[in-house]
Amino acid sequence: MSELVEIRNLTKVYDKKKTALNGLNLTLPRGRIIGLLGPNGSGKTTLIKIMNGLLTPTEGEVLVGGEKPGPVTKAHISYLPERTYLSAGKKVSELLAFFEDFYEDFRPERAREMLASLSIDENAKIKTLSKGTREKVQLILVMSRDADLFVLDEPIAGVDPAARDYIIRTIITNYNENATVLLSTHLISDIENILDEVVFLKEGNLVLQATVEEIREQKGKSVDAYFREVFAC
Amino acid sequence: MAWNLNSDRPIYAQILERIQMQIVSGVYQPGTKIPSVRELAADAGVNPNTMQKALAELERSGLVMTQRTSGRVVTEDLNMIKEIRNQLAGEQVKEFVKKMKDLGFDREDIIDLLTKETGGESA
Repeated sequence: MSELVEIRNLTKVYDKKKTALNGLNLTLPRGRIIGLLGPNGSGKTTLIKIMNGLLTPTEGEVLVGGEKPGPVTKAHISYLPERTYLSAGKKVSELLAFFEDFYEDFRPERAREMLASLSIDENAKIKTLSKGTREKVQLILVMSRDADLFVLDEPIAGVDPAARDYIIRTIITNYNENATVLLSTHLISDIENILDEVVFLKEGNLVLQATVEEIREQKGKSVDAYFREVFAC
Repeated sequence: MAWNLNSDRPIYAQILERIQMQIVSGVYQPGTKIPSVRELAADAGVNPNTMQKALAELERSGLVMTQRTSGRVVTEDLNMIKEIRNQLAGEQVKEFVKKMKDLGFDREDIIDLLTKETGGESA
């Protein structure tokens, strides 16, 4: 089977002067949980936005399942943006219906089960929920699809540690063996045990792509500790 | 999460030791089923592929076996379990003795302390 994501010579320059991605080459296999790590401004969100067709590259290309970002890839990629886009005036139940209409692979029963375990009322309007709860709702919606690729931009940043554990379990139990989860985060130590591999970006360049176990075996330290070493200021 | 994994050693090795310990100490009884890879991975908060690797290693050692219908089960070979139990105990003792020697205790001191600690009369 071919690689799920192929990124070739990907370059993005904003306003003809700010280079966010600098000729990035990267392939992501199927069936992995991959951490996209890097300091602020290293190009993580730019890469994620190009993969989801929200930005066009200046040069190079991204192929997901052999296709350029577009309607075909969007049907198979479940994307959690860094900021919420849920309409504040809608009820949770209305959003479930919306996702069910919008995505063929959405599994409402799975979403309902997760909402219930986090005691989130389906009849609540989004604007009445706390910031953390909104983030949980959005992640539940995103993880309730049978997608090939889950792209999660900072999925655990705004939620409490207990919910973080629940979200991590949700990610582990919900992705299927052929699907890949790509997630960006600064909270490496919370998440490194669930990662197969990590991709380190710095100033739009690939610094490292390695498995978590390789880093631990070869460096004798956690990914979190190694990250601090590589990106020491 | 409940498994308390150390951050600077390979994760699969730590999971393997932990499951070994659970079998040896009887949390998973001989001949009984152990949870699925997914369940164990979710419980430990680790990647399912890592859990799979640890279980495959346990299978190679013979401590667990795959059965067609009921997933993975703990071996019924009590001798093997006992052997691994002794092996784990041996490692603990070795480490303990090394640390005690680093602290400057000799053989007699160690035995004396152990006797006291376990409720016996010291020499």
